[in-house]
Amino acid sequence: MSGENIFTGLTEEHDGDARWAFGTGFTEALAGVDTTLPAGVDGADLAAYCQMLGDDALVQSQRLVQWVTDAPELEEEVALANIALDLLGQARLLLARAGQADGTGRDEDAFAYHRSAAEFRNVHLTEVPRGDFARAVATLLVLSSWRLAVFTRLADSTDPVLSAIAAKAVNELAYHREYAVSWSLRLGDGTPYSNERMRAAVADVWPHTGELFATHPVEVSLAAQGVGVDPASVREEVHGVLDQVLTAATLPAPAPFPEGAVAGRDGRHTGELAPLLEELQRVAREHPEATW
Amino acid sequence: MVTTTGAGTDTDQSTGAERKLWAAAAAVTDPELPMLTLADLGILREVAVEADGTAAVWITPTYSGCPALAEMRVDVDRAARAAGFEHVEVRTALSPAWTTDWITDEGRRKLTEHGISPPGGAPRRPAGPIPLTLMPTRTVPRCPLCGAADTEELSRFGATSCKSLHRCRTCLEPFEHVKEI
Repeated sequence: MSGENIFTGLTEEHDGDARWAFGTGFTEALAGVDTTLPAGVDGADLAAYCQMLGDDALVQSQRLVQWVTDAPELEEEVALANIALDLLGQARLLLARAGQADGTGRDEDAFAYHRSAAEFRNVHLTEVPRGDFARAVATLLVLSSWRLAVFTRLADSTDPVLSAIAAKAVNELAYHREYAVSWSLRLGDGTPYSNERMRAAVADVWPHTGELFATHPVEVSLAAQGVGVDPASVREEVHGVLDQVLTAATLPAPAPFPEGAVAGRDGRHTGELAPLLEELQRVAREHPEATW
Repeated sequence: MVTTTGAGTDTDQSTGAERKLWAAAAAVTDPELPMLTLADLGILREVAVEADGTAAVWITPTYSGCPALAEMRVDVDRAARAAGFEHVEVRTALSPAWTTDWITDEGRRKLTEHGISPPGGAPRRPAGPIPLTLMPTRTVPRCPLCGAADTEELSRFGATSCKSLHRCRTCLEPFEHVKEI
């Protein structure tokens, strides 16, 4: 920084395009990646699918951020913030891919900051109100188990970009699931009181599990082409994982997943999403000319 | 073209300009782990000087959300221009995904020297579903300060995406560990 004051440092052009304190490149998650669509793939479908998986990550990331400065222990705050950061990274890559696939050239910021709740494609599980720490653990347990199962398959996608994003995310998601499993065991198999709280948390999130396995028409079409994954195909695997964890945690064995219908994937959300987006989007919308 | 596969660097097909470009990019350091260069970290994947003179450098992210990547792109751009390349493009290589196995032996040595415990082998990922583990399976890192094996985990996550936090039960000092991924 060479300016006489902070504002000069923030705004002046530097050699290259570095800006004081935070560098640049935030709109270039996929810079230099070959973004050609695979032959025969419908760009609009691929874009919608990337938004579904990207929005799950973005919304859950924002929900987790609500723990920052407010977690029971510093170590857990750092953990939740790190998980949120990994999910944010996955969201950036997926939303950047969506903007290429639909031909609009919209960047990740356009998707994150300038869509209304009805344009978001995330599942309701990611919107569940923050609640207590046990609920954060239960939400992460279900979401990371589901996402890990889907992304493991998605690593074989015929879209090379989606495949690469998924292969990378698998390593991160496996680590998130380990974290959620370790806390599920500790709380479930801890004191009667912690067991009760964890049991209540699982009950809170369970009604939202059915939607995870409801197949959207876009998923049908992309799964048939080997680009996407039909979430119904991971239903048994995910239930098996949760059964193993909850049983080991001395919690009640899980009920079958409820039958769920497509909702968030079509833009129908709970009342929790709009306030969360207000928090996420406010600065960008109030200062549309701002750069970062 | 100069490429690296994690097993070594291949310069067979390269020109002198490309070796110079590789050297410039390889010497850039990680803003969060300044004792490591991009080459030590194993995130510099390839360089090429293209027919139109473009100096292309491919780097791969460590974690999807690693904020240091943006800094590194700018630093690589600057280093390549300082080495005499006028038109530089820093590109993202997403595949194959980086794991801690890409950190070189030299990188591991430098980490230990700076009091950060280097990662053990990255978790094996067999084909099919990732097996669920209910018991701690990760290796317990040795204390990088006194060398003792008796250490405990304080937090699975640390001040940056790539680290976890531990404490030595022998010298009682806390230390960071580059977590296996």
